[in-house]
Amino acid sequence: MTTQRTPGRRKQAFAAAAAVAALLTTAACGGGDDDNGGSKSGAAGFDAANNKVAQASEAKKGGTLKFGGAQDADSWDTTRGYYGFMWNFARYYSRQLVTNKTEPGKPGAEITPDLASGLAKVTDDGKTYTYTLRDGVTWEDGKPITSKDIKYGIERVWAQDVLSGGPTYLKDFLDPKGEYKGPYKDTSKDKLGLKAIDTPDDKTIVFHLPTANSDFEEVLALVSASPVRQDKDTKSKYGLHPFATGPYKFESYSPGKNLTLVRNTEWKQASDPVRKAYPDKITVQFFSDANQLDQRLLNGDLDLDINQTGMSPQGRTTALKQHKANLDNPVSGYVRYAVFPQSVKPFDNIECRKAVIYGADHVSLQTARGGPVAGGDIGTNMLPPSVPGAEGQKYDPYEIAGANKTGNADEAKKALKACGKPNGFSTTIAVRNNKPVEVATAQSLQASLKKVGINAQIDQYDGSQTAGIIGSPSNVKKKNYGIIIMGWGPDFPSVQGYGLPLWDSKYILDSGNNNYALIDDKKIDGLFDTYVKTLDDAGKTKISTEINHKVMEGAYYLPFTFEKFINWRSDNLANVYTSNGYSGMYDFVNLGLKSAK
Amino acid sequence: MSDLTKSGAAVGEPTGASPAPTAFLEVRDLKVHFPTDDGLVKSVDGLSFQLEKGKTLGIVGESGSGKSVTSLGIMGLHTAGQYGKRKAQLSGEIWLDGTELLSADPDHVRKLRGREMSMIFQDPLSALHPYYTIGHQIVEAYRVHHPVDKKTAKRRAVEMLDRVGIPQPDKRVDSYPHEFSGGMRQRAMIAMSLVNNPELLIADEPTTALDVTVQAQILDLIRDLQKEFGSAVIVITHDLGVVAELADDILVMYGGRCIERGPADKVFYEPRHPYTWGLLGSMPRLDREQQERLIPVKGSPPSLINVPSGCAFNPRCPYADIPKDNVTRTVRPELTEVDTRHWAACHMTQEQRERIWTEEIAPKL
Amino acid sequence: MLVVIVMVVFGIFFLVPKWAGVDIAASFVGKQADPASVEAVREKLGLSDPIYHQVWEFFKGIFAGRTYSGGGDVTQCAAPCFGYSFRSEQAVWPVLTDRFPVTLGLALGAAVLWLIFGLAAGVLSALKRGTFWDRGAMVVALAGVSLPIYFTGLLSLAIFAFGLHWLDAQYVPLDQSFGGYFGGMILPWITLAFLYAAMYARITRATMLEILGEDYIRTARAKGLKEQVVIGKHAMRSTMTPILTMLGMDLGALIGGAILTESTFNLPGLGRAVLDAIKTQDLPIILGVTLITSLAVLLANLVVDILYAVIDPRVRLA
Repeated sequence: MTTQRTPGRRKQAFAAAAAVAALLTTAACGGGDDDNGGSKSGAAGFDAANNKVAQASEAKKGGTLKFGGAQDADSWDTTRGYYGFMWNFARYYSRQLVTNKTEPGKPGAEITPDLASGLAKVTDDGKTYTYTLRDGVTWEDGKPITSKDIKYGIERVWAQDVLSGGPTYLKDFLDPKGEYKGPYKDTSKDKLGLKAIDTPDDKTIVFHLPTANSDFEEVLALVSASPVRQDKDTKSKYGLHPFATGPYKFESYSPGKNLTLVRNTEWKQASDPVRKAYPDKITVQFFSDANQLDQRLLNGDLDLDINQTGMSPQGRTTALKQHKANLDNPVSGYVRYAVFPQSVKPFDNIECRKAVIYGADHVSLQTARGGPVAGGDIGTNMLPPSVPGAEGQKYDPYEIAGANKTGNADEAKKALKACGKPNGFSTTIAVRNNKPVEVATAQSLQASLKKVGINAQIDQYDGSQTAGIIGSPSNVKKKNYGIIIMGWGPDFPSVQGYGLPLWDSKYILDSGNNNYALIDDKKIDGLFDTYVKTLDDAGKTKISTEINHKVMEGAYYLPFTFEKFINWRSDNLANVYTSNGYSGMYDFVNLGLKSAK
Repeated sequence: MSDLTKSGAAVGEPTGASPAPTAFLEVRDLKVHFPTDDGLVKSVDGLSFQLEKGKTLGIVGESGSGKSVTSLGIMGLHTAGQYGKRKAQLSGEIWLDGTELLSADPDHVRKLRGREMSMIFQDPLSALHPYYTIGHQIVEAYRVHHPVDKKTAKRRAVEMLDRVGIPQPDKRVDSYPHEFSGGMRQRAMIAMSLVNNPELLIADEPTTALDVTVQAQILDLIRDLQKEFGSAVIVITHDLGVVAELADDILVMYGGRCIERGPADKVFYEPRHPYTWGLLGSMPRLDREQQERLIPVKGSPPSLINVPSGCAFNPRCPYADIPKDNVTRTVRPELTEVDTRHWAACHMTQEQRERIWTEEIAPKL
Repeated sequence: MLVVIVMVVFGIFFLVPKWAGVDIAASFVGKQADPASVEAVREKLGLSDPIYHQVWEFFKGIFAGRTYSGGGDVTQCAAPCFGYSFRSEQAVWPVLTDRFPVTLGLALGAAVLWLIFGLAAGVLSALKRGTFWDRGAMVVALAGVSLPIYFTGLLSLAIFAFGLHWLDAQYVPLDQSFGGYFGGMILPWITLAFLYAAMYARITRATMLEILGEDYIRTARAKGLKEQVVIGKHAMRSTMTPILTMLGMDLGALIGGAILTESTFNLPGLGRAVLDAIKTQDLPIILGVTLITSLAVLLANLVVDILYAVIDPRVRLA
């Protein structure tokens, strides 16, 4: 008698998963008959909420809005959160001076006043920003929100040793030299020692930038600029119960299990031009297994996925077949690409870089990413379509989505000749081992490059150690990583929020580097410098376009896709729309329910 | 119960064909066959004998001769608790106190087990359940057949333990089998067997697992108890010495059949079968000076699957080559009465055997 | 013994990240980490101390509680402090005590089911050995042993929860709703029990067949005991010995977290806690759960030893 009990060998596992997927598909056929697009009680229709508002008039006050998620936030502390969905969700319980407009698509990325009574009064050549606070804005205990609370909240960004994890743009913009040591080491009595911010009275706040930066107001719209009240600051534990300024407050939170928000009764609709606050209660349930989450969505137990990173392949297949009207297919803001470090020969030569771009089969790369619906459109340049200044597929210098769609061997060979490698060369593709889709793209790339004489080996490295492996230029050179498979999305929708760490020579770091191509182009650096000093939107847009062109002309990148994903909205969800302000996610804060079930 | 073929009257064996038995226990043409992958194992192949109350029958034979299979057959333990497809096939008749057991309702036989007939096994350590106390096991044996409460049953158990000579029985009753010595365990086993005053006691190699000194005590005990209870006793053993002390009658088995049977003194002092001679020769005797080394019966027991025709003992028989009159070798020798109530199955003439015994065998013993 | 296990677990947890080149502090700080804040976090987590010091601090924390401080922030971790997760900003001990009942409930509930069905199937197929029933039961058992939990789990969810809508199959704490708890746990119980019942059926069958050949079973029959008593009492008592050993071990292991079952059914137990912790490289949680698992296995061993003595009087004296 054996007591052997190894439950799953890999092959079995795949077979089992496939069989289960098939069963789930049939099992979920149950009650999908009310999926006729746009009915009042049913789903709004495929892509009905993509860049437009679906069923705005159906939203009723009340009910419980149910989120599910496969991953908890990195932190619900407004200073420490960095996940896009956390920024999106944080608007339920936190307010900022300014925030993204609650509008679908492009305008969703624009800034609108929130706690402030209006947008900034910018003076001193863009170096001084002055705001006045709105009347009637309060904390969850009814006390008024003051300019000092906002200053203190912003100061917390300086305490990176305690409050690690969040974006540090505020610190970089206001105190690039790092003179201030953060509120916990602040020797001044009121702990408001940061010199770059003045609070002449409780209603006024003035920011003094050492150098102008035209994206400063974008950065103030990040949740890391939320007010925090000193007496409620529990420091590293603040994320367990942030003190609310928005229409909802924390009722209970169990990390990795669930989160419940209830109405903040001290919040007044009149004081908030942005938030509608339809539901009475908001719950989030976390799952370890993405399939289980998708099943709950399909089953109608949950309204939407808080992570907003798209459904898993199984759930997506079922949903597309049977519940298409519940899906949206927005652009995610991410560009998926391969990048060529110039330190690795022969990628120091632009012609060899071009050879790879021409030689690649872009349709097959798109297929490896999941195809046009689940993967996204073929990427033709490096600026995500959601960022101002982006041209999408209209700008396609290498005809990636056009004539050279399936690879152009002649052009590639011409480029190889010009590079001095007429017979091709050998190199290594570095790819994260924990992203199956990226491994698939690496294999696709390997296959098409072989046809033009470029022999690429694939090296799958530990995906959790990205920063130490491909973030170290010396390691990249040592390992001969000529091609690195990666993806990038904007922190805030601007060329600076997306491309600065990728393309500016100042951001070439010994470790934690993101400028993998090691781009050191005075023109690009100069364009970024000009950008931050340009205050008018038209000018900023123009420079953004220009930077993108310069990057593409350098042939540092082979874009794969402008990523898209499939997100689910339940039949009961109303006033749903995707927003460029949150990279194609649904704008959470104004979601409503059709009936208070 | 399967395959109850009552194959006619036993061929040449001392059985009355009439179904009305006079003896307390009468076994008629008992056959116990086991189907196996290699073929049908004929462990017991036509055995008959009678036993009266108060008498002791010794069944002697080497391992595999069918003596234990016979005793289990009488107890009905070949059919009880036999699971699966392959079941033992029994035929013939077993009459106990006027009841034929093979054709009786199995549950009726179960009720007889332990009360009318009970059994002592060879190795008391493995035959007693290791997880229950001696007392528990005796109480259980008593209460199956007597509707009494536990207290009464326990008193009875203590009484029985006392009767079989276990010191401090009121304490030892709560001991586990492993806490007893070998002899004590066998006494406990006997106590358990006799707790219901059975009319028939079968002792299957009761002393084999015990020290020589303890052996004698146990045999004495069985004899005393038999006198006291007046039961019929069957002692099964490979050791003629054991039956010499106990048995009134002796039945010698070879290859699943009886080859000699008769009163104990006849079988001991006038044996009429070469196998019996061999057994006697291999028996250590205390009453005589050992002249020579013990002579074991040469060769190995016969196969029970492909039983050859003719005398089963022939391959091992030292006298196989002695010329015999009017005998076909392929015919099996039948039991024939050589003296009053004394039967043997041998192709040699009675005179030949008498001569060999008196001239060649007896002087050496 | 206990100390050795604890040391081994520690060795693994403190040395492996070092060898693997995992920088916990760096993975902690996030995208825009500057080296100074990485160093500060390292200091706060105590990662720059020598290993023996870290181990000592950990042990001290279990009995005396612990205080982490750095950068003007002070975090108290009350005794028994099994570490503090800076990833989710909570002490490990409350996480363990919060999640343990879920896992325990899963393990015990499933154990009841698998014992009932495993033993019944094993005994029946031993008694009917070689027959259609025996073969059928053993084929089902083989399926149970070889099918992975996530297969049977997802299948049962697909059918009973999402297909037929008989059950909600969502975890509800026992103290909130009795019926809800059972509704949420019944599928996990059955799924887990299916796997184990299969193993137990096989072991029971083999043991029972062996026991049925024992002399004392023949003795029991010779006493005139009914067959039900022979099997149900005499044979079962002996068959239970190896079963109980297995049960102790299996419960010990399951208490460490039935990771697959918990993640398939989204039960907030220890297994899911450790799975989520692995995903987020939350070392203190992994360490805490592993320690508890080791302790549970040890404890299970001890309980098995005691039970052994209860069942088998021969062990009592030894």
